[in-house]
Amino acid sequence: MRLEPIANPTLARRIVLPAVALALTVIAASFLALLAGANPFATLGLILSGAVGSKFALLETLNRATPLIFTGLAAAVAFRARLWNIGAEAQLYAGAAVTVILGTGALGLPAALLLPILALAAMLAGAAILLGPVLLKTRLGVDEVVTTLLFNFIMLLFVSYLLEGPMKDPMGMGWPKSAALIPEARLPRIVTGLRLHWGFALALLAAVAVWVIQTRTTLGYEIRAVGLNAEAARFAGIPVNRVMVKTALLSGGLAALAGFSEVAGLKGNLTLDLSPGFGYAGIIVAMLALLNPLGVVLSALFVAGVFVGADSMSRAAAVPTYIADILTATALLTMVLALRLTHARVRWR
Amino acid sequence: MSDRDTGGAEVVLRLSGITKRFGALLANDAIGFDLRRGEVIALLGENGAGKTTLMNILFGHYTADAGTVEVFGQPLPPGHPRAALASGVGMVHQHFTLADNLSVLDNILLGTRSLFSPSLGNAAARARVSRLAQDFGLAVHPDARVGSLSVGERQRVEILKALYRDARILILDEPTAVLTPQETTALFATLKKAVALGLSIIFISHKLGEVMEISSRVLVLRHGKLVGEVETARTDRHRLAEMMVGAEIAAPKVAERVPGPALLTLKGVETARRGNAPRLKGVDLELRAGQIIGLAGVSGNGQSALAALIGGLESPTQGRMDLAEDDGVDWSPRSALAAGIARIPEDRHRTGTVADFSLTENAILESYARAPMSRRGWMDWRAAEGFARRIIETYDVRCPGPSARIRLLSGGNMQKLILGRVLEAAPRIILANQPVRGLDIGAVTFVHNRLIAARDAGAAVLLISEDLDEVTALSDVIHVIYEGRLSPGFPRGTKTPAELGLWMAGQGFGEAGHAA
Repeated sequence: MRLEPIANPTLARRIVLPAVALALTVIAASFLALLAGANPFATLGLILSGAVGSKFALLETLNRATPLIFTGLAAAVAFRARLWNIGAEAQLYAGAAVTVILGTGALGLPAALLLPILALAAMLAGAAILLGPVLLKTRLGVDEVVTTLLFNFIMLLFVSYLLEGPMKDPMGMGWPKSAALIPEARLPRIVTGLRLHWGFALALLAAVAVWVIQTRTTLGYEIRAVGLNAEAARFAGIPVNRVMVKTALLSGGLAALAGFSEVAGLKGNLTLDLSPGFGYAGIIVAMLALLNPLGVVLSALFVAGVFVGADSMSRAAAVPTYIADILTATALLTMVLALRLTHARVRWR
Repeated sequence: MSDRDTGGAEVVLRLSGITKRFGALLANDAIGFDLRRGEVIALLGENGAGKTTLMNILFGHYTADAGTVEVFGQPLPPGHPRAALASGVGMVHQHFTLADNLSVLDNILLGTRSLFSPSLGNAAARARVSRLAQDFGLAVHPDARVGSLSVGERQRVEILKALYRDARILILDEPTAVLTPQETTALFATLKKAVALGLSIIFISHKLGEVMEISSRVLVLRHGKLVGEVETARTDRHRLAEMMVGAEIAAPKVAERVPGPALLTLKGVETARRGNAPRLKGVDLELRAGQIIGLAGVSGNGQSALAALIGGLESPTQGRMDLAEDDGVDWSPRSALAAGIARIPEDRHRTGTVADFSLTENAILESYARAPMSRRGWMDWRAAEGFARRIIETYDVRCPGPSARIRLLSGGNMQKLILGRVLEAAPRIILANQPVRGLDIGAVTFVHNRLIAARDAGAAVLLISEDLDEVTALSDVIHVIYEGRLSPGFPRGTKTPAELGLWMAGQGFGEAGHAA
């Protein structure tokens, strides 16, 4: 079996194949709903309405998409340079921890000053977390998949220590959580009374910024060249290692913004369950978007919608929320396959 | 029956109507011919004419879209190299398929018997290999490790491997590409013995002289079609060349010119070892303005190390490397570019271009960081595209447009873009590493003429090539490289190809110490 490239796929091909992918995803989900003893149509309907069926549902989806956009961008930026940053989870917690350290009264500044400082500090922390693995990669050739992945566990244990020790909220009734942010350190709601906060707008801005960097700057050109053919890039005089380090700083900073936005926009304090795997889900988001920063926004909305909808569905029907994991995973597999097949034809011998 | 008169001999191999497509490319178009017992057929054609594809179909590596192969009257099932082997077809590939860590004998026996057979190298097999080696003049020690053999010896092992399996039909794919002239002569002697013993040979080449010498019949392929079939005795090089390219070709003309000052001088330069590739040892070299310096040598004798050094990818560990205007900076690809060194890389796919980048993006690979391509970190894509358009026009790059991905281009057009990229920077020194490898004759002429024009305009050109004819045709001075050492410079016309061949085989280096 081999793939034969198609130079200019027809419009029908571009539409039909993704539609088939979507259909396969729906069929897989229906099958699981049947196994759980529920009506598949009702289950899917409940997921849909739970995701976008009401103003509340929609805002919940946007809220859930916010950290996914940040971690999705972090993965998309790094993967472009073939820097496999699997450690967005660690960078997210680093950003969140710094936000809490500086935002619980250590800096007494007005919100207009404090929030940018917190965001910046969080980005620096996230970037610093990725600096070690990337230097190990460029200097010694250590595989960054391993180091960034392991950093997730190190960081989680470190945050756990902080929350049980120095950062523990004295008023927390013994729970491992931090003190609450001061009001000046909270991201305001976009519309008063609705749960959506400015973190979402920041995420959209970040997506546009990454897109501009990738398409309009020399750094973006370097990142793409290094990712597509590092040997040719090095031969042409592109400082490959320096580009790797810059990419890592950008990627780590973006992932850390997810932590900042979750703490300052939503939770108001730091707990160990701040992220239900946003860092890992960001990889799915980025892959589903084919590493396109603007596509990351769309795929983050999709993944967030599936999870929010599944939560709501499982409250109404007796189908476990795990169906959301399977839905996003199936969607990723079928969609990536569909997009590949849009540009190639399969030949059996 | 003599080996030249084969008119009535039995047909051992018959190909008919072989057709093979790769996507839009028609690699073989209804090709058919007969091979008779005891004859040598030369399959002649430019790179990309479809010779290797045809032989891969014959040997079962590829399956033809249409057509049949018959060996000794029996149809060969498509797609089974094992069946081809069993029916007596042996193939010696361009790139050898030997295990470096095994002995010669083990390599020959590999695959001929069960993996669990207790004694792989038993006496009978050894005797048979020795007898074959003697009969065919293939001197090689059966217990030597293949990794320690020279390229010529490895080729002998490949041939022995085929003979050991009772091959009656031998296919040799560009067998002389990696050989010195002396090794080529030895190979031809072997082939003549084989033919006298009743074997039939298909000899693939694009070198006319060899074809004239060894073959009894010539088949010419062009763009996947069989365009001619002649008896070698009734033709000459000229007519074969015409058939091969469809037009007469002119040899490049290099006018006499007085060389200018030295632009780059190497004195006693050594480099660090990188993997298995030989390092440079005590290299003295002078590149002068208005001169083409040719570097001849058998592949893998330090050419890559020298190219990496001058291209800025490596620094000398010892000795001096002086540019005419030395600013004493760290040596890197960027400082090489800044010093006015244009680099045409050996492998245009892996190091010369980014396959999934557009022509525009590839055109600015070396200049993106400076105005007008970018300012303060912001790309100016208009300027970049203008630059790409200029190259496309000036260097006749055939392509759908500057935004097309470069992987869609043929090798020749890719090379023209690279040529444009480096020459538009008005270089003082040009490092051309295998600049025409794999190109068709039209593109070869184009590249050569551009290099000559640059030399006439006062640039120093270092031409690295494994094709001795190319080196002798273009170079004002020729150095031979052997195991990382450089011969003295031989001015144009002072050494015959045979003499250069001796240097390529290492003679002259021993007593001279390093590059006397």
